[in-house]
Amino acid sequence: MVAELWPGVPESWSSFVQVPSTAAVDRPDTVHKWHVLDNGPELAARGVEPAGTLLCVHGNPTWSYLWRSLLAAGAEAGQPWRVIAVDQLDMGFSARTGTFRRLEDRISDLGDLTDALELTGKVITVGHDWGGIISLGWALTHSSRLAGIILTNTAVHPAGFTLPPALRLALHPAVHGWGTQTTDAFIRVTHSLARPALAPEVRAAFSAPYRGSSRREGVANFVADIPADSTHPSWGTLNRVAEGIKRLDVPALMLWGPKDPVFSDRYLRDLMDRLPQADVHRFEGASHLLPEDVDITAPVFSWLEKGPGTENREIRSRNVAGLSVFRPMLAELDERDDDSSPAVVDMAPLGAPAGVSPATLSWAELAARVNQLAAGLSGAGVRAGDRVNLLVPPGIELTSLIYACLRLGAVIVVADAGLGTKGMGRAIKGAGPAYIVGIERALIGARVFGWPGIRISAETLSPAKARLLDVKHSVPELIAAGKDASTGKDPNEPWLRTDPDADAAVLFTSGSTGPAKGVVYTHRQLTAMRDALKNTYNLQAGTSLVAGFAPFALLGPALGATSVTPDMDVTSPRTLTAAALADAAAAVSATAVFASPAALGNVLATAGDLTEDQRKALHQVELLLSAGAPIPEPLLARVSALTPNAELHTPYGMTEALPVTDIDLDGIRAAGAGNGVCVGTPVSRAQVAIAALAPDGSVGDTPLVEPNLTGEILVSAPHVKDRYDRLWITESKSASLPGWHRTGDVGHLDEQGRLWVEGRLGHILTTPGGVVTPVAAEQAAESVPAVGRAAVVGVGPAGAQVPVAVLELKDPVRRPGTAPQELAVAVRTAVAAGTGLDLAAVLVLPAMPTDIRHNSKIDRTALAGWAATILAGGSAKVPGTGGRK
Amino acid sequence: MSSAASPGTPRRVLVTGASGLLGGAVARLLAEKGHTVRTLQRTPMAGSAAAGLESIAGSVSDPAAAARAVEGTDAVVHLAAKVSFTGEWQDFAATNITGTRTLIDASKAAGVRDFVFVSSPSVAHFGEPIAGAGAGTADPERARGFYARSKAAAELLALAEDSPSFRVGAIRPHIVWGPGDTQLVERVIDRARSGRLPLLNGGTALIDTTYIANAAAAIVRGLERMDHAHGQALVVTNGQPRPVGELLAGICTAAGVTPPAWSVPGWLARGAGSVIERAWLTAGSRGLVHDEPPMTRFLAEQLSTSHWFDQRRTREVLDWTPEVTVEDGMRRLAAHYGGAAA
Repeated sequence: MVAELWPGVPESWSSFVQVPSTAAVDRPDTVHKWHVLDNGPELAARGVEPAGTLLCVHGNPTWSYLWRSLLAAGAEAGQPWRVIAVDQLDMGFSARTGTFRRLEDRISDLGDLTDALELTGKVITVGHDWGGIISLGWALTHSSRLAGIILTNTAVHPAGFTLPPALRLALHPAVHGWGTQTTDAFIRVTHSLARPALAPEVRAAFSAPYRGSSRREGVANFVADIPADSTHPSWGTLNRVAEGIKRLDVPALMLWGPKDPVFSDRYLRDLMDRLPQADVHRFEGASHLLPEDVDITAPVFSWLEKGPGTENREIRSRNVAGLSVFRPMLAELDERDDDSSPAVVDMAPLGAPAGVSPATLSWAELAARVNQLAAGLSGAGVRAGDRVNLLVPPGIELTSLIYACLRLGAVIVVADAGLGTKGMGRAIKGAGPAYIVGIERALIGARVFGWPGIRISAETLSPAKARLLDVKHSVPELIAAGKDASTGKDPNEPWLRTDPDADAAVLFTSGSTGPAKGVVYTHRQLTAMRDALKNTYNLQAGTSLVAGFAPFALLGPALGATSVTPDMDVTSPRTLTAAALADAAAAVSATAVFASPAALGNVLATAGDLTEDQRKALHQVELLLSAGAPIPEPLLARVSALTPNAELHTPYGMTEALPVTDIDLDGIRAAGAGNGVCVGTPVSRAQVAIAALAPDGSVGDTPLVEPNLTGEILVSAPHVKDRYDRLWITESKSASLPGWHRTGDVGHLDEQGRLWVEGRLGHILTTPGGVVTPVAAEQAAESVPAVGRAAVVGVGPAGAQVPVAVLELKDPVRRPGTAPQELAVAVRTAVAAGTGLDLAAVLVLPAMPTDIRHNSKIDRTALAGWAATILAGGSAKVPGTGGRK
Repeated sequence: MSSAASPGTPRRVLVTGASGLLGGAVARLLAEKGHTVRTLQRTPMAGSAAAGLESIAGSVSDPAAAARAVEGTDAVVHLAAKVSFTGEWQDFAATNITGTRTLIDASKAAGVRDFVFVSSPSVAHFGEPIAGAGAGTADPERARGFYARSKAAAELLALAEDSPSFRVGAIRPHIVWGPGDTQLVERVIDRARSGRLPLLNGGTALIDTTYIANAAAAIVRGLERMDHAHGQALVVTNGQPRPVGELLAGICTAAGVTPPAWSVPGWLARGAGSVIERAWLTAGSRGLVHDEPPMTRFLAEQLSTSHWFDQRRTREVLDWTPEVTVEDGMRRLAAHYGGAAA
């Protein structure tokens, strides 16, 4: 047993160093006693040569204790790192100097310490809170040894700095001394920011060096040294560091807790502008004391091991190399700027009362509108690379905005209402747009929830309302301004050429489990998505399509297809009626329909209301695409009766790669029943492989294409995402096999090269009999007539799990619980016959918890938790059912 | 010698508690496998001679009876125990702890090689839900109820005797049931018939059970696999946990009785259970009642919290899998009760 000084800190790490000072605040020949935590002696004792040194600098009012997990992990890493965490002077267990040390002094102090320690070899600085600035100050003066920088919840630019009320009170001149030194209020408030709360012994360790007001002078001085404006003595130094780091070209890693009430996302964005090479990961839900809230050691050491920042670029260049001619998203629009045939039709135009006639724009009108809006947005300050969040429902307005942004090189952020208000807010804060364009409802949300970005309204608002919502511009006004600006311009060269490999769009995963993830596409990848659709479904210029499925709907103008938005509430696909679909189809003589299974379900439910003319309009459809989730064959067969002349296709894909494979109704019938859902063969230019699943549920590292091997589905295609947004850890996991995207789905390929999806990696069961994927058992359960939807989840510890079926019945039950005896027997028998699985229990609930966007992805993680609780004999609330209103 | 333990070699085995359902099944199974079987029980065993068994009457806590019983045997399977939801501690301790001590001492004196102690998972169940756990260590302090506490103490003292010359293994079958079972099946049916059987917490608690034939087979395997099984406790179940409500309904249906339909919150039943238990004990000591109380705190816990187990180690050590599924067992139960369909 190693003797510990504080929880997690062995005695051997702690040492004191006598350091001659060169700081301006000290008289010559002053020597200070520093306290440091250093795993160097431990490594030396083991005879291990470290790869380099992590120099960790704490902020206020913590101390080196904050970095104990890095010291431990550094010593244990495959390639060990020396980790030195310092206690700054007047802080922690370092000397109390009796001086007021300003930022400049603290930067010299750190240099004095590293000189005294005679550090050799490459150094990576690690900084938190105000320690971040000091570590960056050191980095600027030691660039020859600097190999990288790591920052967590810090800031280098204090403009607009606001403090949460509790801290503001602590810092108010009337109470500043009282709040920071006389009492330990500031320290206690800071510790209370930890999410989850600190363990009592850890909290005690953080407070240990600050017992007694004489020990807290440094805490008070640190706070007083925050340069709130340019008259402050430390302003100049801060500015020098903030500007200086723009010249640092070393790799950088930023790990952030977005719940931090002080060092919030705005400072992360500011740092990303200054250090654009940085790899960034935001830990949704984590707060200021990030190293306490989450495990930072795994990402830090895997980042160090991988060679920071290399990975994305390699993959990107590989994908680029595989591509030929780049045809911009706006090419069709530009080529048809004198075409008077319809380009976009909106069955329920924005802001128009119900029953008003559809709005139509010709190709020429759309092209002009896009250019005018682009000019207007440019006049309002939107620049290439700026993120513009579009909170506008699908239709002419959204289409115009998307193509205007693409024209400018601005990055569209599409956080749709399908994420729910909370999820949308998190997504927007995560993406951090510079501008928000929204309908009134969205702008109210932006105001109420404090979403970032300069606000632009989609419609004209009254001056009072615009003021209230802090709206700076409106789309009609920008179009008018753009019209004026574009007259007299050279029509042949009005716009900068788009960089094909610059960011074009941030889309979001549906967030059916955990927070929605931002997914970044470049212009080239968006065009590849367009081409994958075009080539797979043979979509020619002249095709007319009903856009009932958002992601593909946006591609209409790029495909050269006339697109019509049906009258429906996009937040709820179930609101698409058969009549609305038929009217939309009739308006453009549509030959193609894009919809989701939930929408098609409602179309079938309302098909009885169709008039003869409406039925005829649907008879003209040649291609029907059901996207977003797998669709059961019986449902597709019923759709086929409505659109007898259409080929019915259902692609498989995800926000990160749309589409991956495709199958049509005949294909589904030919495949029949099997282990999972047959989703067909890869689309144009896509490749699918499998990373094998071991019996313990772990996943292999080799892309394999041999048939009947169950494992994680891997995708390679030019239209796979560029990266996850500000989720470096997630990205490095998903791209750990160079050139492949790990989908997190589980499945296998069959002898004919068809892909079968067996469920999500997170949903597999590890039973005593081995790994079990849920989909085949679910299909067997759903073959029982009374069963609507089934989810099979594992209950119990990994390796010893028992399978449990959770059912939503066609005739919904009112109360959740165990299934009636007869139903339980029927389901158990069906599942045993179909898969050989012995279900431990059959449960029923009123409605499945699903995502809002598709109302189809069942939240099995929540279901498994619920099932485990009630099967333990406890009581638990049925998990939320997002898809129900 | 491992050859002495191989399934093919006939052995001379003493089975205690053979008048019970499980003890009888074990004795018959051993005899069927060609072993020479002697049984010891307080009341003479019906049909023992027909089954080829030598039957001795007597109590395991009686040193003289125990010595007589083990004489000339080389293996003992010890099932005799006082099993009840209620009663006085002294009675449990006398049969379950002292009886085990006495039998072990006699066995060692007689040169017995292998000793299978038939225990219960309740020796390591402390009221918390168990979901997919291993056997756990017996704890007389924390186990619930006199039965479980006395069995826990007995298991600890038995396993402490394990040595190369006297090998001791503990087998813990969990909730054994089947045709002829009075412990669970008859009680359930009886209470359901008189409307005294509520479902606790809606009957959702997931519970492992063991069909009688599987439990007997596992115990015999414990003896046959003593090379691997000694020195440890193994929980034995069907490996098919089911919600308790479904099990009770299955048993009722098999017996042609209406299954319970009313549900009581588990906490209420636990509270009521301990009140009833106390009242029953008081009444019992005054000679007023002879039956078991309708609900005890122990029973309420058993019926309202999960207890199912990870069977991987058991199956590996015993090199055995259950032959009769829960569903097959229900069908056999139905046949036993006159052909009512399950």
